[in-house]
Amino acid sequence: MKRSVFLGTLAAAGLVAGVASAQTLADVQARGELNCGTSTGLAGFSFPDANGEWQGFDVAICRAVAAAVLGDATAVSFTPLTTQTRFTALASGEVDVLARNTTWTFSRDVDLQFEFTGVNYYDGQGFMASRELGVSSALELDGATVCIQTGTTTELNLADYFASNNMSYEPVPIETNAEAQQQYLAGACDVYTTDASGLAATRATFEDPSAHVVLPEIISKEPLGPLVRHGDSQWGDVVRWTLNAMIAAEELGITSANVTDMASAAGDNPEINRLLGTEGELGAMLGLENDWAVNVISQVGNYGEVFERFIGESTPIGLARGLNAQWTDGGLLYSPPFR
Amino acid sequence: MSETHAHSAAYVRREMLPQEAPPALETGAVKWLRENLFSSWLNGILTVVSLAFIWLVLSSILPWVVQGIWNAESLSECREIRDQLYGEGHEVACWAVLGDRWRQLLFGFYPPEHYWRVVLALVVFLAAIAPVLFESLPRKMLILTPLAPFIIFFLLWGGTIWGPLAVLLGFVIGWAIFTYGSPVVGNLGGTVLAILVPILYWLFIAGPIASGLGAILPIGLEFVASDEFGGFMLSFVIGIAGIVLSLPIGIFLALGRQSDLFIINKFSVIFIEVIRGVPLIVWLFTASLLLNYFLPPGTNFDLMLRVIIMVTLFSSAYIAEVIRGGLAALPRGQYEGADSLGLDYWQSMRLIILPQALKISIPGIVSTFIGLFKDTTLVVFIGLLDPIGFSNAIRASTEWNGIYWELFIFIGLCFFVCCFGMSRYSQYLERKLRTDHR
Repeated sequence: MKRSVFLGTLAAAGLVAGVASAQTLADVQARGELNCGTSTGLAGFSFPDANGEWQGFDVAICRAVAAAVLGDATAVSFTPLTTQTRFTALASGEVDVLARNTTWTFSRDVDLQFEFTGVNYYDGQGFMASRELGVSSALELDGATVCIQTGTTTELNLADYFASNNMSYEPVPIETNAEAQQQYLAGACDVYTTDASGLAATRATFEDPSAHVVLPEIISKEPLGPLVRHGDSQWGDVVRWTLNAMIAAEELGITSANVTDMASAAGDNPEINRLLGTEGELGAMLGLENDWAVNVISQVGNYGEVFERFIGESTPIGLARGLNAQWTDGGLLYSPPFR
Repeated sequence: MSETHAHSAAYVRREMLPQEAPPALETGAVKWLRENLFSSWLNGILTVVSLAFIWLVLSSILPWVVQGIWNAESLSECREIRDQLYGEGHEVACWAVLGDRWRQLLFGFYPPEHYWRVVLALVVFLAAIAPVLFESLPRKMLILTPLAPFIIFFLLWGGTIWGPLAVLLGFVIGWAIFTYGSPVVGNLGGTVLAILVPILYWLFIAGPIASGLGAILPIGLEFVASDEFGGFMLSFVIGIAGIVLSLPIGIFLALGRQSDLFIINKFSVIFIEVIRGVPLIVWLFTASLLLNYFLPPGTNFDLMLRVIIMVTLFSSAYIAEVIRGGLAALPRGQYEGADSLGLDYWQSMRLIILPQALKISIPGIVSTFIGLFKDTTLVVFIGLLDPIGFSNAIRASTEWNGIYWELFIFIGLCFFVCCFGMSRYSQYLERKLRTDHR
């Protein structure tokens, strides 16, 4: 709590200092480059490839915003941020948008004065255990040693969960996911707990993934999404509707392959027409070019394409869509209408 | 003689015996083994146990290292190749990650077509530092030394050549004022002017001059922003800048702490104690987080520059204390001798006190430098991608997720080479400077 108050004070001070930069959209357009904060490395979500280009599911959000605002998905300057530096970097204006698998919580939204512009991944905390241990439910973990990353919400969730189920556990604090893998494989702990996406990514790297099970319980809600500073609603709208455009595009069947065709002339579906700018002036209302969504979808792809490319079942990370399916498929993705 | 005693002695040898080989137990490897490894029963047992232990360690590590796989695109491919070659469950290293990502570990995101600039900068640095380190080299090479920082800056960051030149001009102005102005306005006035005028020049005149000349004669290299620096290059730039800058600052702080001038003395004491009283990681967080709030919005004060400044200040406080130890270790008579020769303060420091004090301090200074160089890895906590940071980032890619020791071994080796080199040099220097008890 003390820390968040401290960070909040810093953030507030940053806002006072940063009033002049309430015109983020104009600033970005003048600069010709988007400053985007990402993780220093998180499997599937942000990582540099062999050519030094940043890739990943979170990185794609940055690229999509750059494509919407500047028409060029490569016009992004990435700032790698740690969990400690991410909020100050955003509050002080060092980055324009933060897409760094950050959980949308009340205090971050209200107290730290940020604005979450949507959810790009619905995650939740899970457990992984060795198959030899013979547990099939997290409720059987009484007395287990648990590897857990320090200084994250997962630590608090774990304490809550075990306390409310009258179970005891012995925490093994570790610093990074890579270290956790080594500790878990070396048998320093019975169970490893972190976000379910992280568990899946970790398990996929094991020599013998089938020797480990991810337990069915998900003990927390972790809606991860991009965020911007309070007080610049126009810029918040740009980021929010860029994400919505990617989600809606998937729902409407627009892909990076067919978007140029569909945008060349107005079609039968008025919503597609409005989204792609062949009808109406939605882009101008946002302060962008009318083909903003076309740029996003053609250069980055729709939500489903990006998901499949970086974290989907065809990748080594192999995440199922689950909660992150369209609402029509029983998931939670639900873009407000483009009208 | 033998004639005299020929009848009284039973037998007298008349010719020299040929030289015999020493007994087998007292020569060569056997003797060395007996004396050093098996000199007693206890030592013999300890030797055998140690050898068994070394064998145990090496026999599990060496195959892992030597049989490592160098040609693969990803960790899973590495494992497939291994299964074919050695059968499943046989652990071997996957060095292929180094082949795939050595560029990032060494250069970060620096554009590959400009790698030559980094290498050239390193060569310039070595050429500039060599005459300082080794006295046998021709003294003319020293001309390069003061110019090297500007050349290296220009090579690494690029941009117009006029920027570094305009900054260099400031130093020339300061030197000219000190040399030719001092006789006119006195020593103190000359010193003050030589500091003030260049600062004013840098603040107000250097920028316009550089941009004006840049507009007329656009000579330069392609600009590379500091956020593209990474890997060992980042460690080197931060480490070397910190080392080179902290030594003079540290010397002045140490002298300041011994000074009789009240303000200078107290300033030095407070500076040293405050900086040393707080961990480096806190200063790094200050540099990366707090400074953002104190600076006016929109200023883009380079993060790397902030880190270099903090690292320099931090290490200069430590250097100051090391050198103060050297100053305190000098006998009082050295100071008095310098005074009795009629030398003024700077002359006595330059000619008598500092050469001796620095000589005593060499081991301490070098170990501070080694510590500083290794401490540069702390920047990973503020999101700069040094080698450790890159090891995380590389592990986050789908190809190499799950790889661990290979990266750390490579990073450890690179750091070892540098730190071991520094350590050996300091021993060489100590031997060379040892003028007593020869």
